Amino acid sequence: MTTTADTGALEVGKARVRKEDARLITGRTRYTDSITPPGCLHIAVVRSPLAHARVVGIDTEQAKRAPGVHGVYTLSDLGGEDVAIPNAWPITPDQKTPQRPMLAKDTVHFAGEGVVVVVARSLAEARDAADLVDVDYEPLEPVLDMEAALGDGATLVHPDLGTNESATWVFDSGEAGTGGSVAEAIAAAEADPDQVVVRRRFRQQRLVPAFMEPRSCVVDPTGEQLTIYSATQVPHFVRTMTTVTLGIPESKIRVIAPDVGGGFGGKIAVLPEEMITVLVAQKLRKPVKWTETRSECMVTAHHGRDQIQDITICARRDGTITGLDVKLLADMGAYLGLVGSGVPVLGAFMFNAIYKIPAYRFTSTNVFTTKTLTDAYRGAGRPEATFAIERIVDELAVELGREPLELREQNWIRHDEFPYTTVSGLTYDSGDYERATARAKELFDYDGLRREQAERRERGDRVQLGIGISTFTEMCGLAPSRVLGSLSYGAGGWEAASVRMLATGKVEVTTGASAHGQGHETAFSQIVADRLGVPFEDVEILHGDTQVVPKGLDTYGSRSLAVGGVAIVHAADKVIEKAKRIAAHLLEASEDDIEFADGTFTVRGTGRGKAIQEIAFATFTSHDFPEGVEPSLDSDAVYDPENFSYPHGTHLAAIEVDTETGHVDLRHYVCVDDVGTVVNPLIVEGQVHGGLAQGIAQALFEEANYDDQGTLVNGTFVDYTLPSAADLPSFTTEIVSTPATSNPLGVKGVGEAGTIASTPAIVNGVLDALRHLGVRDIEMPTTSQRVWRALQEAQGRSTQETPTDTHSPGAGLGSIDPRNPQGEV
Amino acid sequence: MAEVRVTVDGVAYADEVEPRMLLVQYLRERLGKTGTVIGCDTSNCGACTVHLNGQSVKSCSVLAVQVDGGEVLTIEGLARDGELHPVQKAFNECHGLQCGYCTPGMIMAAVDLLGDNPDPDEREVREGIEGNLCRCTGYQNIVRSVQRAAQLMKPGAAAPTEQPAPVAGD
Repeated sequence: MTTTADTGALEVGKARVRKEDARLITGRTRYTDSITPPGCLHIAVVRSPLAHARVVGIDTEQAKRAPGVHGVYTLSDLGGEDVAIPNAWPITPDQKTPQRPMLAKDTVHFAGEGVVVVVARSLAEARDAADLVDVDYEPLEPVLDMEAALGDGATLVHPDLGTNESATWVFDSGEAGTGGSVAEAIAAAEADPDQVVVRRRFRQQRLVPAFMEPRSCVVDPTGEQLTIYSATQVPHFVRTMTTVTLGIPESKIRVIAPDVGGGFGGKIAVLPEEMITVLVAQKLRKPVKWTETRSECMVTAHHGRDQIQDITICARRDGTITGLDVKLLADMGAYLGLVGSGVPVLGAFMFNAIYKIPAYRFTSTNVFTTKTLTDAYRGAGRPEATFAIERIVDELAVELGREPLELREQNWIRHDEFPYTTVSGLTYDSGDYERATARAKELFDYDGLRREQAERRERGDRVQLGIGISTFTEMCGLAPSRVLGSLSYGAGGWEAASVRMLATGKVEVTTGASAHGQGHETAFSQIVADRLGVPFEDVEILHGDTQVVPKGLDTYGSRSLAVGGVAIVHAADKVIEKAKRIAAHLLEASEDDIEFADGTFTVRGTGRGKAIQEIAFATFTSHDFPEGVEPSLDSDAVYDPENFSYPHGTHLAAIEVDTETGHVDLRHYVCVDDVGTVVNPLIVEGQVHGGLAQGIAQALFEEANYDDQGTLVNGTFVDYTLPSAADLPSFTTEIVSTPATSNPLGVKGVGEAGTIASTPAIVNGVLDALRHLGVRDIEMPTTSQRVWRALQEAQGRSTQETPTDTHSPGAGLGSIDPRNPQGEV
Repeated sequence: MAEVRVTVDGVAYADEVEPRMLLVQYLRERLGKTGTVIGCDTSNCGACTVHLNGQSVKSCSVLAVQVDGGEVLTIEGLARDGELHPVQKAFNECHGLQCGYCTPGMIMAAVDLLGDNPDPDEREVREGIEGNLCRCTGYQNIVRSVQRAAQLMKPGAAAPTEQPAPVAGD
């Protein structure tokens, strides 16, 4: 997997080691917090410790007199009462969107919300002074439970809205004309002894994205343009939204996302702190920096997931699925994030997954609570959908007494049925579920493990074996602009690129996709090297700076390659078209006779030719140039995809569960994914590994737990149990490709696949190990404590009550010995 | 203010620091050694790992004054004379990093691990680096990188090897 030898073959498909590593492995990095312009001042934010309270007094006098302090500001001191941090996705015309202030006005709506900012010469002085700020709160009732929040007489998070419901979004295949009526399908099934109806409630717990680099922002007001450095996935969004939010002309703003240490959706945001830093920098006319601590990050950076899913599936007794009904409650937290309102909607098209379901209805209600906001987190809506469908299909298999993989195969879209238009109205262009599944079964030794499982059950072993299945698909390459428009999203889904041929033959490529760990510089260089026939090393990829790349829609939704990569291809093709004309002139041939291959323009049927680098130099000098032709090869392209892309895969997990301690051990994990054409297998494999780790962590380790006062009780890395190396096994991953037909690269996207697929595979496996002992369901994360409790309850034994709102540690972080779960029971 | 005299990446420094200043703050804010980064405030993530007198430490858990008279090696001083350390090479070859934020700490921890155990098996690597968190890689390629580095560092290994940079205490 580590071959770097230049074989002269195509770059695309080669396991190139990454270009970007050279700086990252030597510390020659430029993360936002490492940027400190001369005279830079530092911000510390005084945050509410309470989830819901009226602010009745703020005393900043002592803080203002502290050494090094340049200013202490409340919202009104900044003149920011009317500023609203934007939500870009009003999912319904009547969506309730509360004003989200930069700092709390008179009420705090979640624990961690900013109230006062202190600006000082050093961060230490700012933090010291922040401790001197005295805020008086009058506590209000926290709003924590989504169902209770929708009930009559519930405390309202935003009383002026008159409700805690932000919006309800509905898709009905009967009404949309993409399928039948699910109400009729369920009614028919209930009346028919030859059909079954299975209803389940699943909980998608709240997760913390936990990118490793805390968020940071430096605003430099010196010079003509205001420069904002930000640890963001979305520099172009930040630029436009700073204009929308603060009224500063877009042309006066430059946003730079330098090296960014991970995002996973958690850095798709326009932050109150970014806007505050802008205002403070403008006010004090000095560069200003805000960098959060990890503890601040845990309570203020948006969370992910947090849905209650009521799923109903109906099927004939022969296994044919006849309808699917989905009702969601989605916790938005205290306000609407940039795209948080739309996250459940992104899932709406994926509940039917790879299956031919004739009738489908989706209803999602977004609910306000006094918790941290939720928004995009790796997969955004699609992991939630995949979990629900893959869990309910397993439940249906149990109900029907069917082998779960066979039941899936009976209902999935066969490889000869593509392109296939689903019940939610999307057209899947390509895929081969049979092939991925067959290969996964082989790698996994599916039949052998099923035999072992039967033997262990027979023997009544203490450690039981479960086999977890997830056959997933997802929609990637966000997104066709017209589709986003139809969903009332506030922007398009295109991506921009430009290719510049430098005088010396080197190639500069700009892309609007903004990398934060994905390896764009390497993968995009491979694509350009092939397209232009230039050496991989001669291609420089520029990104993440709105002055270098003025146009772009950034990185999320597995879009960088499937949309951004195609834009680069189009720009490169325009360079070739321009160069062809010049080559024809220089070679004294007709343009029609010029062929281009391997970086050289040749006159057909002759040995005469010119390298693209020679054309670039000839263009630079322009001494001998065709008349009427502009002396430039540089080209721009904007690509708007016609369709999403649809990676898929079969994931199988062998799970061992200790029936005495409840300990879950992931023994073996196999996945075979179809991500379309692979540009760089090394990078693809890395994306799959990392995705799997996050999805598995949802199933086994992670949950943001709130107490009954609305305090996040595991708001540090001590107790929010991320998996360490010691908590995970090595995975067996393989790719089988059916190239996408919807784009010229044939790519589908891979960033989110592992996360989307793996969570249900794990939970299905845990339950498969224990179902014969009477266990029907276990909420995530399936910690030892929860598994042990489920076993005790299934066997009619009583267990000591543990409040459900207290933190139940997982086995993550390597700091809790999973084999000795002390204090958990 | 307290005085600290310390050699960092081969350069001797003498500075007055606040007694409460952490080593990581001293490295980043006073010496400009921003290659070492901060990922948490509870000494869990290990992103700030450096070597102090030849042992890996989380530089957020050491006061600057504690390194007085000592020798510190950061990620910025690991490569010698333009030649990458075998662990750095291995992380590149095996795709042991994505966003790179945990990487300086992960590499410094791995160098220390291989000093203690030159030929660790997978389990030993996983347990050896459990004090360093990574959110991108799922650790698989990090494990592979560390094992690859062990190969590169074996005496007589085919690839030209660079011994770990000598540090005080060795």
